[in-house]
Amino acid sequence: MGFRTKSTIMDADQIRRAVKRVAHEIVERNLGVDGVIVVGIRRRGVFLAQRIAECLQNIEDQAVPIGALDITLYRDDFQVKTSNPVVGTTEIQEDIHDKVIVLVDDVLYTGRTVRAALDELIDFGRPKQIQLAVLVDRGHREFPIKADYVGKNVPTSETEIVEVHLTELDGCDEVILGERQS
Amino acid sequence: MKLDKKDLLGLEGMSAEAIELILDSAASFKEISERPVKKVPVLRGKTVVNLFFEPSTRTQASFELAEKRLSADTVNISKESSSVVKGETLRDTAENLQAMKIDLIVIRHSAAGAPHFLANLLDASIINAGDGAHEHPTQGLLDIFTLREKLGGLRDRKIVIVGDITHSRVARSNIFGLVTLGARVTLCGPPTMMPPGITRLGVEVEPDLRRAVADADAVNVLRIQLERQKVNLFPSVAEYANLYGVDRHIVARMKPEALIMHPGPINRGVEISQEVADSDRAVILEQVTNGVAIRMAVLYLILEGVQREPSLGEEETAEEVEARSKVV
Repeated sequence: MGFRTKSTIMDADQIRRAVKRVAHEIVERNLGVDGVIVVGIRRRGVFLAQRIAECLQNIEDQAVPIGALDITLYRDDFQVKTSNPVVGTTEIQEDIHDKVIVLVDDVLYTGRTVRAALDELIDFGRPKQIQLAVLVDRGHREFPIKADYVGKNVPTSETEIVEVHLTELDGCDEVILGERQS
Repeated sequence: MKLDKKDLLGLEGMSAEAIELILDSAASFKEISERPVKKVPVLRGKTVVNLFFEPSTRTQASFELAEKRLSADTVNISKESSSVVKGETLRDTAENLQAMKIDLIVIRHSAAGAPHFLANLLDASIINAGDGAHEHPTQGLLDIFTLREKLGGLRDRKIVIVGDITHSRVARSNIFGLVTLGARVTLCGPPTMMPPGITRLGVEVEPDLRRAVADADAVNVLRIQLERQKVNLFPSVAEYANLYGVDRHIVARMKPEALIMHPGPINRGVEISQEVADSDRAVILEQVTNGVAIRMAVLYLILEGVQREPSLGEEETAEEVEARSKVV
């Protein structure tokens, strides 16, 4: 199965601005960053969470704790998938009880990853609220899940693929739209 | 990289990549036991039978905790509480368990090869939790995991295994795994407890404990298994302790950062002295903590592997993994 690039949806500047705007929206919605923890979903959500936390610190002059979730063990497709990626480590150092969790992922699609992340988070305690921030919302939800903060809405067809590349992992910042080729 | 077998019977012949996959996964699974809710749902609906024909506290509790923390349903059967005492054969016991639609059996048996017999007989997965003097792969893996965590890597590290090598399944699993990962393994013990030709496994033998430990990065001290010895292999326990016991005089000859390991249960004052077992150098209880993580990783990887369609043997390309991860 191949992959063919069709177009660039976001470049590095657009990603930077989107992350900054999302950070401002988080501050606005929560009247600051008191009790806010930013938790990224592995792998790329973690890097976006770090960037958002940095922006939050710049805006409010206050450090915001960050965490990382690996949702492999909470996926709903253990019975049907042909293979799974290597299990990564979840790092939630803070007590999340009564805190506001901003969950961060790169692409929101079916909502199944977010469902798994919600289940995993709840095993760490009872947060006051969980909000969802994504860089790209590409539609096609299969679960009743909606993002609170969206970098960019991208209407797609189900045969298309949205790929987020981040400097930390891929050497450059860009979001590209591609198509599967069989 | 995937485990491509339905069973874990031993570390002999296992590739470095497969061992490293288990170790890397265990590093992630270790965190789960630190959580307020020590449970993940991944093996929900799977049934695991712990079939222990020999006494065990550590290994059995470790497997059972690993299974429960992955949300599997567990059944424990011991020799004394089973129909084995009424004369039922291993084959019949196993086939009856399979008829109840179980997914995996963890077996400990005094006969070497018992897990292999079950693996050939049943569709269910089999994990060897110790078979006679043959192998104890999860103990080998947890020892190697502990070493890697403490030393940073295994390549060219010198690991000394001291004690009754002949009767030790722990030693054999350690040797296979460590040699595969490029460690230098030195065995030390009385000649009566050293199998002839053991150097063919790629290890060295040094009968003098003082010399063996001198440049070691870690010393793994085996338990003297009095229950497995049909004849007396050493004149007295006191003489063994004197010649092969790891005490402060031996530790004084070791590198200051070298580790002391023991698979348990400890015969204090025999193969290891009280003060050494309780010293900062000893990572014995960390081995136990790591054991749960290793068993979680093995249970997960084996049951995950079984889910795959048999035709899909080849590796996915990076693009395919990426494409698939977007579909989630």
